[in-house]
Amino acid sequence: MDCFRMIFQYFQSNSESVMNGICGLLALASVKIYTSFNFSCPCLPRYNMAYGLGIMFIPPIALFFCGLILNRQSLMMLEEWRRPQGRRKKDTAVIRYMCFSIMQRAMVAPIVWIVVTLLDGKCLICAFSSSVDPEKFVGFANVSPVQVQQLLARVPCKDDELMRNNTSRKAVSRYLRCWSQALGWSILLILIVAAFLARWLRPCFNQVALLQARHWSNYIDIEQKIFEETCCEHSRLFAHKCILHFFESMREEIKLHSFNLPREGEGAEGEEDLLRGITDQDQVNKLLKMWYYEKPPLDVNQVTQR
Amino acid sequence: MDKFRMIFQFLQSNQESFMNGICGIMALASAQMYSAFDFNCPCLPRYNLAYGLGILLVPPLILFLLGFVLNNNISMLAEEWRRPWGQRGKDPAVLRYMFCSMAQRAMIAPVVWVSVTLLDGKCITCAFCTSVPVETLGNASNPGLSQGEMKRVLARIPCKEIYDGQELIANEVAIRYLRCISQALGWCFVLLMTTLAFLVRSLRPCFTQAAFLKSRYWSHYIDIERKLFDETCAEHARSFAKVYIQQFFEGMSTDIAATHCHPPRKTPVDVGEAAEKLLGITDQGTMNTALKSWHRCKPPLHLHLPALPSANGWAGEGQPPTHPPAPRKETAAYYSRV
Repeated sequence: MDCFRMIFQYFQSNSESVMNGICGLLALASVKIYTSFNFSCPCLPRYNMAYGLGIMFIPPIALFFCGLILNRQSLMMLEEWRRPQGRRKKDTAVIRYMCFSIMQRAMVAPIVWIVVTLLDGKCLICAFSSSVDPEKFVGFANVSPVQVQQLLARVPCKDDELMRNNTSRKAVSRYLRCWSQALGWSILLILIVAAFLARWLRPCFNQVALLQARHWSNYIDIEQKIFEETCCEHSRLFAHKCILHFFESMREEIKLHSFNLPREGEGAEGEEDLLRGITDQDQVNKLLKMWYYEKPPLDVNQVTQR
Repeated sequence: MDKFRMIFQFLQSNQESFMNGICGIMALASAQMYSAFDFNCPCLPRYNLAYGLGILLVPPLILFLLGFVLNNNISMLAEEWRRPWGQRGKDPAVLRYMFCSMAQRAMIAPVVWVSVTLLDGKCITCAFCTSVPVETLGNASNPGLSQGEMKRVLARIPCKEIYDGQELIANEVAIRYLRCISQALGWCFVLLMTTLAFLVRSLRPCFTQAAFLKSRYWSHYIDIERKLFDETCAEHARSFAKVYIQQFFEGMSTDIAATHCHPPRKTPVDVGEAAEKLLGITDQGTMNTALKSWHRCKPPLHLHLPALPSANGWAGEGQPPTHPPAPRKETAAYYSRV
């Protein structure tokens, strides 16, 4: 548990870490969704391609949008981009930096999905089983063209009655899976080499501008957080003053109605101070009724001026 | 357990996190509920459609309403919407903001249910098995079957054990076809929802940022004000109850002393704290009378505080005090030390 707590605290320590954490979680979620998804190739001539390629490309797009939505920085970047200039200039380098880092993080989950799909092989087998050359495989070589299309389309379905004992089916499957896994590993290798080169060579190109952009994008993030916290704090104080003022005005009204002499100062202490002059069931009811029917105006000027 | 406590603490750290937490829990609950649900297609011509579409659409509606019910802010929204104007105006933008943010969170669990249902495929298979294109997938030329008969046979597709139309259309072929359509619909639905969510989130800074900041501030303010008012009232009620009960015990002790023609006991100057807390009740009989009176005849909700003579009859006043003024002054002096 200690280990988990440390990891949790590390990720919460700054917002970049939080975003990296979310990125990682989304990548794990994408693997989990793929493994729990019940892939079921239709094994029909035109539907196979649509289904196979659909499963390979539509979920990554959805995951990409999820990555953008869950990333707080994307909202910040848009706000910074669209805000009026005002008295603070806009730095396009900062906006570009934020955009780039958002895109990088959002791309991780889709790439993980595509790589896992290719390494597993089912999608490609389903999509391209009708496109293999039947001459290469003994079982399909001497069949009429129409029939061969039907048969090849059924290759991904192991339990299909026509395909159950067909050895050529396994040959086509293995062939396509080999291509699929080769493609998967190649893509993984290219991406990792690209990431490695990008990180290694970055300091060679304009490191100063990068440091500045990173600093100011962190600053915008922190400024936004502090503004929200200050607003919360302010509204709490505002509400407190408003309510105290309300209770005071009720006390004044009660005094007015009872034509009482002003209280001899025993010192407002303890319980009486908390009672704020409301000491009767009907007074309490009246206070609650006033609170509902006639909320006081949002103006604590009289209170602060006292 | 530690892990859960930490997650719980993180989620409770602010109101928004808490609501997001509830939202996430409901989404997981909806996925779990679906997997625990024992789907049983009736395999009869008209019932299939009703059952399949019912399972697809009714639970999301329930989850959506549940999302509103579990959201604490719904009562706040209703209160703000229905309150009279009084001295404070009402801002419809704030109400719209509160409603939209609640509706957005309540939509997540239903969307998860519909996605999981479509991706699983059983509902669509059950609902639309009678509409499978037999001409393309099977042998429609089978002469012996009327339309009704064919529908009856096709309706049994989801129930493999009783399916008797293997010559008409193979069971696996039909199920694969329907499941493929269902999963395609499911992924398209997921893509549509994420695109919509992305657009809603990203168009806001482009168009209405200033109005949004205002609405967000005032909706948080209303929430905080309501909580603070409840806290202040609770504090007041506590003080009220404390003073009231002290006065009750004092009243009891004075009444009993008066009945027995004893003068009210003068407390010695150096009385200990424990004796003070006895509030003038020092024997079993008096205590029993006090308890009986508390149950049978609670006095009115009216405190007799020292310098507020209540004889001038403000409209809402309770009964006038029963003890004579002289002892009251004494008791007032007595308890103000407490």
